Amino acid sequence: MTEDYRSMWADLGLDLDAHDALLGVLGKAYQDIYLSQKSRPEGMGYFDFVMSEVHGLRIKELLDEKAAGRKIVCSYCVFVPEEIVLAANATLVGLCSGADFATEDVEKLLPRNTCALIKSSFGFKLGKVCPYLESADMIVGENTCDGKKKAYETLGGLVDNLYVMDIPQMKSDQGRALLKAEYERFKTAMEALTGAAVTAESLKEGIRAVNAKRAAIHRLSSLRKADPSPISGLDALLANQVFFYDNPARFTESVNKICDELEKRIEAKHGVFPENTPRILVSGCPQAVPNWKLPMIVETAGAVIVGEESCVGERGTRNLTDESGETVDDMLDSIVNRYFKVDCAIFTPNPDRLAHIQEMVADYKADGVIHYGLQFCQPYLMEAIPVEKALEEKNIPCLRIETDYSMEDVGQLKTRVEAFVEQLK
Amino acid sequence: MCFAGIDIGSRTIELVVVDGAGQITASFQADTGFDPITEAKKLVDGVSFDRIMATGYGRNLFEIAFDAPTVTEIKAHARGARVFFPDVNTVLDIGGQDSKAIALFENGRVKKFEMNDRCAVGTGKFLDFMAKTLGYGIEEFGREALLAENDLNISSMCTVFAESEVTSLIAKGNNRREIARGLHTSVIRRAAGMIKRVSYDGKIVFTGGVAQNRCMCLLLEQKLGCEVLVPEHPQFVGALGAALISAETSDGPAFKS
Repeated sequence: MTEDYRSMWADLGLDLDAHDALLGVLGKAYQDIYLSQKSRPEGMGYFDFVMSEVHGLRIKELLDEKAAGRKIVCSYCVFVPEEIVLAANATLVGLCSGADFATEDVEKLLPRNTCALIKSSFGFKLGKVCPYLESADMIVGENTCDGKKKAYETLGGLVDNLYVMDIPQMKSDQGRALLKAEYERFKTAMEALTGAAVTAESLKEGIRAVNAKRAAIHRLSSLRKADPSPISGLDALLANQVFFYDNPARFTESVNKICDELEKRIEAKHGVFPENTPRILVSGCPQAVPNWKLPMIVETAGAVIVGEESCVGERGTRNLTDESGETVDDMLDSIVNRYFKVDCAIFTPNPDRLAHIQEMVADYKADGVIHYGLQFCQPYLMEAIPVEKALEEKNIPCLRIETDYSMEDVGQLKTRVEAFVEQLK
Repeated sequence: MCFAGIDIGSRTIELVVVDGAGQITASFQADTGFDPITEAKKLVDGVSFDRIMATGYGRNLFEIAFDAPTVTEIKAHARGARVFFPDVNTVLDIGGQDSKAIALFENGRVKKFEMNDRCAVGTGKFLDFMAKTLGYGIEEFGREALLAENDLNISSMCTVFAESEVTSLIAKGNNRREIARGLHTSVIRRAAGMIKRVSYDGKIVFTGGVAQNRCMCLLLEQKLGCEVLVPEHPQFVGALGAALISAETSDGPAFKS
């Protein structure tokens, strides 16, 4: 950290010792996993800076926004529409985290066999180490999987600003109507929080800002189709992770700048790994910062990750919201249309996801798919089986992994991933 | 040119040397102990070869110490098994701390594999531990299990819980051989599940130290209704595979001890 943020963290009520320990581990992991990579694009320097200031400068910016009267909204899911948050003159930050923390305290509130993602979000609250969460004016939970749905009941007792959004489970007319009704209710709640009305003008502005951010990520993704790949999967994942909490305009600009550089690399056939390195698509559960375990294993086993079929990846960013609506209601419909296409495994049935995985394999010229499942994540672990079957029918090798945030299975995973990579060579 | 393969497992280390024609010219074995790399160094010391490839869970330690290339146990066992049984497309390897089922394409490449998760259940360690609980030596354990007249059902899959289950079966006065048989059956149930998940057609090659246990082979044949083939020294198959892969990928660095 380039500045002393300790008084800021203390004001937010963080446990400074625990927080120091967390930043220490995070810094070391970033050094070992990210900074040790070879031939990284220069533009990644921006993300190195963002990561070095992840609990520093970005929090200060958010607190400055708050001081100027803007509200901070935090969420745990890609179904929470950022367009509406921005239109109501607030800032949206993603809260999901990818590290175990205060596990013993968490297990007093949640069953042990709860997925690492949910446990982690509780751990960061109970351990008092998340400055984003402590800066929030509103925390938005959503009824997606049973684990999250029930966990929010408990989280509601730990914070005083939880708002829970209902999410449909079927892609039917009724499902769409529910999502529309929930987005309308959310718009009203946002207006009540900020005191700013969502107008046709502000909503259009919000849609444009989020679309620009998505378009930049689409551009980045599309450049990963090149062989040799101009950027590592680790670095591309990081961009997808930072998508959730950076300032949207600055993020868009920085990603586009990296893309300019990558285009030159592709022209010069300059890759991060040699040409014909086995190419892997990772599909399944989200990987939030600092969960870099699987890509680290894959990319040190002689393969490159060329896409993430994940909420932190293409499932979260696929499709732009139509910008042509002229009334708030028109635009809300466009927002519903866009989000209703998200093929999360909580939907039943969920054939779109199967189709998208196969499309991504073809688009990114992947040689194989690793299905990443978090232990106890029923929706994705259940879908992993038909996904594997469908891929095998098309002779696309698939490796199903079930893991968590701990490091105890790294040796096993390494052997399995290396054997999978040998299979692709 | 001579090529070596070293398989650094959790219990034992094997070293196999082949000549340019792929014929075995020497083989050695040692216990892994608590310092695998020192044991591995002792094993290669004085053995002559031009290149070496490491496999097994200690392969990365060897890679760091000797700048040698590595291959996973999965590919090494697949390659080694084909030497003895060129037309078999399914390999089961049960070693000290993991077990794996591997399906091969006709050309010998790995098509699909399954591996046990992070615990010891269904591995050599499990059998070792249970043999001790019953007061058997490891060789005696399989022989005695074969002599059992009935099978006892051991339901616990976890090594720790299985031990307490066995202890209570002993306390109830159950026949020691039958308990031994039950333990073998529980490992086979798990192995058969893995084999079914990778699919199998007809014959299976069984490799790794546990393949020396006759009771395991017979129970596997009964369970899957197919022929189970065991190479003469099944625990050397991984090292042999690594040696052959070393010979077939000539681009590795020359070995410097």
